[in-house]
Amino acid sequence: MEGASRIVRVVRVKKDFTMGRSVVRVLKGIDLSILAGEYISIMGPSGSGKSTLFNMIGGLDKPSSGAVFIDEVDIAQLDAYELAWLRCRKIGYIFQTFNIIQVMTALENVTLPMVFAGVSPMDATKKGMELLDLVGLKERFSHKPSELSGGQQQRVAVARALANDPAIILADEPTGNLDLTTGGEIIDLLKRLSLEKRVTVISATHDFKMLNVSDRVVWIEDGRIDKIENRDELSISMGKIGDL
Amino acid sequence: MISWNGKKERRHLRSGRQVTLPFLKSVEIAVKSIRARFFRSFITLLSLVLAISFYSYVSVNTILSQGMRLSQDFPAVEQPVQEGDGGVDPANDPKQRWILFLSLLVCVVGIVNTQLMAVTERFREIGTMKCLGALDRFILRLFLIEATIQGVIGAAAGALLGTLVSLVWSVLRFGSHLLMVISWSDIALSLAWAMGLGCLLSVIGVLYPALVAARMQPVEAMRGRE
Repeated sequence: MEGASRIVRVVRVKKDFTMGRSVVRVLKGIDLSILAGEYISIMGPSGSGKSTLFNMIGGLDKPSSGAVFIDEVDIAQLDAYELAWLRCRKIGYIFQTFNIIQVMTALENVTLPMVFAGVSPMDATKKGMELLDLVGLKERFSHKPSELSGGQQQRVAVARALANDPAIILADEPTGNLDLTTGGEIIDLLKRLSLEKRVTVISATHDFKMLNVSDRVVWIEDGRIDKIENRDELSISMGKIGDL
Repeated sequence: MISWNGKKERRHLRSGRQVTLPFLKSVEIAVKSIRARFFRSFITLLSLVLAISFYSYVSVNTILSQGMRLSQDFPAVEQPVQEGDGGVDPANDPKQRWILFLSLLVCVVGIVNTQLMAVTERFREIGTMKCLGALDRFILRLFLIEATIQGVIGAAAGALLGTLVSLVWSVLRFGSHLLMVISWSDIALSLAWAMGLGCLLSVIGVLYPALVAARMQPVEAMRGRE
């Protein structure tokens, strides 16, 4: 991974939320660099600011101070149109609750980001089928989300996230609503894609299975980075986790 | 040569930076949404159908009474028409007008209400679309197209219902001879008016909910929990 460019750079990011009269400091100064092609997990208890940091990286929220750079572009400087473009082309989102659009079939869900990107319907359909094939759902392209299991829906979401060949995939608790086996399958799928397509995968997670495949794990505690571990160091602390 | 290449590259760059939603595609999505939420659309439509049919009923009644008054064949009818509800030109009767206005107002309020609920229900879907790169105006356009389609269907049903009830009621009261003296072009015109009004009401009703939806932050999609 040496020599790879930094795709995400988080610089002294602080975030305050005003709850009534009191100000809650959720992020208290985060510095983080993520290299292109890395598989990063953000771990931390709920309320640690994990999701907030995650939303910042995804351009879904703006920091109170500090800056988030994606491809060396400060996303706080982007206007609504450029942000939409960023979400459409640069970032693929995967959600805990799948968020497959209920009224559309699997294929239509996968092609929707391509429609926004101005890809012709024929090319979009072709690519959509390839992506569904990639996640192992080629036969179910015409199914509505209600006819798919949770794991299958998440696979559609993975395919959809890849639609415009994004540089980054942001996965928010992608296994949170899945059982152990299907969760494991989704993790394997994400890992495979990050290797094959050289996509940077950033996931916020509670799932310790995720650690096995992560290049680095960022532990967030109380709005600060507690520690960043590489995979080789990880096995030691994994042992500890196993003991707990 | 270099400048040509440069131009080509710029053009490529520009087309590469676009975020679009073709009109036909938005119609397709809107139709799907309506079909998928048939029951909700039906409720939205119902208030529209009732209000527009009332409007149609009143305006066709006016046309009928005018037709009868102008025609010489209804001397006997003059009496009931004079004292009955159709006696005074209904569209000019302040009481009738007030009721008509109220019914249309109630209809718009009803549409705003159901559409606001629909928007709340669809927060996750809207947020997801925004995460996929949808602009505010795509969302706005989707809701406006949906409302227009609903408006056309609801208003057509309402206008036909109102006209039919008015015609049948008058024929039962005054005999089928009535149908010979009325101005059918006026009735067609009143149908068109009713349909236009219905679409307008439907779109007015969805404006505020659609603005709420379009301004929604995509982070809502992340926050959404089942």
